[in-house]
Amino acid sequence: MNKVLTANRLTDGIAVWLGANGQWLESIDNALIGRHQEAVDALEEAGKSAFNDNLVVDVDLIDVEEIDGDIFPIRLRERIRAAGPTIRTDLGKQSEFKPATAA
Amino acid sequence: MYRYDEFDHDFVRQRVAQYSDQVERRLSGEIDETAFKPLRLMNGVYLQLHAYMLRVAIPYGTLNSRQMRRLARIARDYDKGYGHFTTRQNIQYNWPKLSDTPAILEELAEVEMHAIQTSGNCIRNVSADHFAGAAADEVADPRPYAEILRQWSSNHPEYSFLPRKFKIAVTGAERDRAAIQVHDIGLHLKRNEAGALGFAVYVGGGQGRTPVIAKKIRDFLPEADLLSYTTAIMRVYNLNGRRDNKYKARIKILVNETGEEEFTRQVEAEWQKLKETELKLPQDDLQAIADYFAPPSLQDRPEGWGLLAAAKKADAGFAAWVHQNVTPHRHPDYGVVTISLKPIGGIPGDANDTQMEVVADLAEKFGHDEIRVSHEQNLVLPHVAFADLEHVYKALLEVELATANAGLVTDIIACPGLDYCALANARSIPVAQEISERFASLERQQEIGELKIKISGCINACGHHHVGHIGILGVEKKGAELYQITLGGSGDENTSIGQIIGRGFEPEKITDAVETIVETYLGLRENADETFLEAYRRVGPAPFKEALYGETSKAA
Repeated sequence: MNKVLTANRLTDGIAVWLGANGQWLESIDNALIGRHQEAVDALEEAGKSAFNDNLVVDVDLIDVEEIDGDIFPIRLRERIRAAGPTIRTDLGKQSEFKPATAA
Repeated sequence: MYRYDEFDHDFVRQRVAQYSDQVERRLSGEIDETAFKPLRLMNGVYLQLHAYMLRVAIPYGTLNSRQMRRLARIARDYDKGYGHFTTRQNIQYNWPKLSDTPAILEELAEVEMHAIQTSGNCIRNVSADHFAGAAADEVADPRPYAEILRQWSSNHPEYSFLPRKFKIAVTGAERDRAAIQVHDIGLHLKRNEAGALGFAVYVGGGQGRTPVIAKKIRDFLPEADLLSYTTAIMRVYNLNGRRDNKYKARIKILVNETGEEEFTRQVEAEWQKLKETELKLPQDDLQAIADYFAPPSLQDRPEGWGLLAAAKKADAGFAAWVHQNVTPHRHPDYGVVTISLKPIGGIPGDANDTQMEVVADLAEKFGHDEIRVSHEQNLVLPHVAFADLEHVYKALLEVELATANAGLVTDIIACPGLDYCALANARSIPVAQEISERFASLERQQEIGELKIKISGCINACGHHHVGHIGILGVEKKGAELYQITLGGSGDENTSIGQIIGRGFEPEKITDAVETIVETYLGLRENADETFLEAYRRVGPAPFKEALYGETSKAA
């Protein structure tokens, strides 16, 4: 299963995903996808490093699938993190980046 | 209400200063998350799915207009314009930045508020009957005792590392509106035959993954012995409560494993050592605290009866609201107003900054500057003259706070669930919204009568599903949400834990299932006065099982 690395930013707690450019992004859209074990291991290492550098907390590797070029987490919990509360579509990522995709 | 003295002010200011320093050191990288997490939790700062969450304590659910306005301002300036009132009578903000939390705590301290002990393995916010000091059926106001417990338990070194969190509730009426029998300690304030005040003491109740009804270990504890006896309970728990398994660490497990009789014996033995110590409450101290809660001086307003009758006749919406949301006050010219935070299809317990400010204005103008938060996630204006009810109603109507559904099927408790909470397995709020919309008709709700639906998004039971007349528990099964139904729970003076009725329902079927249960009740009740709970207790689960699952349920 393909994976992306997610966390919450230390300063404001906002959900972030590690991008291909090594930056923590506020949208899952451009997250770096680990498609094989070596890439997943590299993501994991990057997560530990960012945690130790006090950039992020609650670091986690999550399962994702790609549909028409968009990244969708497998678990509902992560879909809600990626989009925002399903009951307040005016809040969270869904209000900033793209239409609601959580549920 | 209680006002901080110099000691209180100093204590809270010192805590804000400590916390500000801790946040600064965390953000600079001087301390890591392992060291910082327990410090932020001690100040009510959690990390949830989308952001941090700050839980602010509202001691025994009582606040004034100045405090409510400050809560509104924090929602507007530091969050996304709203807050969520909880089943522990607190408020949570869902989007604060960690870097802003010291400033928020400073803002709170200015109005005698804080977030201390809203998390962690300590004694949490002591909750009380939200109608305290106003209800017609009250023996005495429970809040002075809740305040004494708050002062005693705040930062108490002996209780800063309990096996698990610890919740105390106090009620002063026979009708239990504080759900004391599902608390670690429940105190029922009453008078004995000689007219003296004291408490029936319940211990070892709770919800979560192991719901238990508390045991009454003392029928009458004199009020002066409140702290010595509570200390004795805490000591037995602190010494013997399990620390090896967090799921078995609550006092309910200790009481169960020790046995009620032996546990009571241990408490009484410990109490004998403490009874005549400095923990005995002097009458002067009791009176000094009670004075803070002296009832407002309520002038007779007999003109309200006529005004009320005329206004009800002229406006059916107002009449329905008065009928449903205004309950008897000890003064015959006044009522206790429940402000429903359950608009049809809305998010239970949420209020935006404008709504909070309107409630604050109304409390100041018509409510003797008092507001309550109920554990049922509503707000209360405890002292409103009948003559002023129409003004209050019209102002509430303008900000969508005049839903006439207190105690009805759409007055649903729901935890934040998977829309916000990092612990949740399933969403709660959308289920509440859909049920609310299905039963939107007030006429239908009134026909159904009193029916409490409570929804939790995980086994921790923050949505109190175990004591819902209809309880709904969201679980994750094979990666999808599934909702289990329990029936017959109740969190009042006749507390019962709901029974699981059968297999769970998918999200798209849960509202139909609830409707089936309601229709079954309507079909079998003896008359319109027999409530859902009474009917369920009379007939048991069988008719509901059959209605939900058909004939096959008989074989199961």
